[in-house]
Amino acid sequence: MSDMYRDLILEHHRYPHNYGTLDPHDVSQEEHNPLCGDRIRLDLRIADGKIAEVAFSGKGCAVSQAAASMLTDELIGMDVNTARAYGKEDVLELIGLPLDKNPVRLKCALLSLKAMKVGLYRYLGQKLDADELD
Amino acid sequence: MHTPPFDIAAVRRDFPILQLPIERPVAFLDSASSSQKPEAVIAAQAAYYRTTNANVHRGVYQLSEQATYEFERARGRVALFIHAHSAREIVFTRNTTEAINLVAHSWGGTNLSAGDVILLSQMEHHSNIVPWQLLAQRTGAILRAIPIDSSGRLILDDLDTLLKGVKLVAVTHQSNVLGTINPVHYLASKAHAVGALILVDGAQSVPHMPTDVQALGIDFLAFSGHKMLAPTGVGVLWGRKALLDAMPPFMGGGSMIKTVTIEVSTYADVPARFEAGTPMIGEAIALGHAIDYLNGIGMAKIAAYEETLGHYLLDQLAEVAGVTVYGPPIGPERAAMASFTVDCAHPHDVAQVLDSEGVAVRAGHHCTQPLHAALDIPSTARASCYLYNTTHDIDRLVDGLRKVKTLFA
Repeated sequence: MSDMYRDLILEHHRYPHNYGTLDPHDVSQEEHNPLCGDRIRLDLRIADGKIAEVAFSGKGCAVSQAAASMLTDELIGMDVNTARAYGKEDVLELIGLPLDKNPVRLKCALLSLKAMKVGLYRYLGQKLDADELD
Repeated sequence: MHTPPFDIAAVRRDFPILQLPIERPVAFLDSASSSQKPEAVIAAQAAYYRTTNANVHRGVYQLSEQATYEFERARGRVALFIHAHSAREIVFTRNTTEAINLVAHSWGGTNLSAGDVILLSQMEHHSNIVPWQLLAQRTGAILRAIPIDSSGRLILDDLDTLLKGVKLVAVTHQSNVLGTINPVHYLASKAHAVGALILVDGAQSVPHMPTDVQALGIDFLAFSGHKMLAPTGVGVLWGRKALLDAMPPFMGGGSMIKTVTIEVSTYADVPARFEAGTPMIGEAIALGHAIDYLNGIGMAKIAAYEETLGHYLLDQLAEVAGVTVYGPPIGPERAAMASFTVDCAHPHDVAQVLDSEGVAVRAGHHCTQPLHAALDIPSTARASCYLYNTTHDIDRLVDGLRKVKTLFA
């Protein structure tokens, strides 16, 4: 627990970075976790093949909100193809939580990643393999 | 707090898992999801596999006869436990969900047609909603729900209007989220007055209070073994014999037939007609022993003890600033459970912090999305008590909630 609610997670939960919506946007994707009803919407503006601006909104637990906040920081300026390839392990390393044996909370942590990948694949006109989200 | 009406320390010693240190012994407050099991039940199931294991209703050898005897004796104990007229009215299913699906498929498929109404309530578990939706899609029947008020009680003012065209009322006896105990006897009399039947979801009530299907005046009762000290994998459908007799099979297979040719079969009498395939023999026998254990203490005493625990739980939660408890106020229409939110923390975070303090509660929508929609909240944390809980468990919950407040405030 002390791991899960270390200061960085709580700080991002209290004061999330890049919170809000973008209008207009190139990508806007909402995902929800049916287990707990949490929702996250992720908006992206893309310029010259890079993510120029990013914002997320929605409500959820500290883990899902902090992960979204950290992920959005990471995405700014990232090449679209790099972002598309971003995965579960990257997010876990980014947020620093060992959630491999905690499947319920893993879904919380990966909700924003799922929104980003589903939205980005659609933007690129490519098909997302469901395995990529596991 | 009154003196418990039974030896609570002795009861706790009967449950091996309550002795286990996780970091320290768990304050288990999730019995509404699934209860813990006493040694007597664990031993009974193991004893079946060690000494009696054989298929039932098949062999002419001694082991099979003994297994059949034990299995049918468990059926008899279930019948007595809920005051059924006969063990033939007891169908073993996997769980409450399967029991409800059985009625929806078999009774509903035969007796409902387009335009007929099934009356549910806003507080139903998904297991008492989705089977009726599937039935409605097949038959053209219509679903309607009794609304709830802000304190989580059924609004019955317009019940006569709601009952128009109703062929079946399907309601929970006790909400798995709000703890509301519904006036089932009243609903049964109102349903019967318009010629409708009533099915009661007893998953949350049968483990916690005396159950008398005759006094309730109902037609079907569904409940699960695993919430009443028995193993997973065994549940019960009780139905009035005349209704069960008139119902076609649910699933086909061995055991549920009289004669089979390649073209056509004739079906066994109830309850065998609804028990296709090899049943959950050891689990059903263990359910019989769980009933013996509960009867050994007495359901009235268990209900009385839980009422005092429920009072204590609600009183203590009211002392924690920022905690909102859903459901009716303390009283006889309120079970010993509380679903709540904490103003500064998400229910998942609440449950996670409580877990780190050795307190087990559930967080989420508890399979009641329509209820949470009516309450206008995505999820709650839920603490639920059973006979082995103590005020100390509740004190640990409250201490844990103060930690949540410190961490997230």
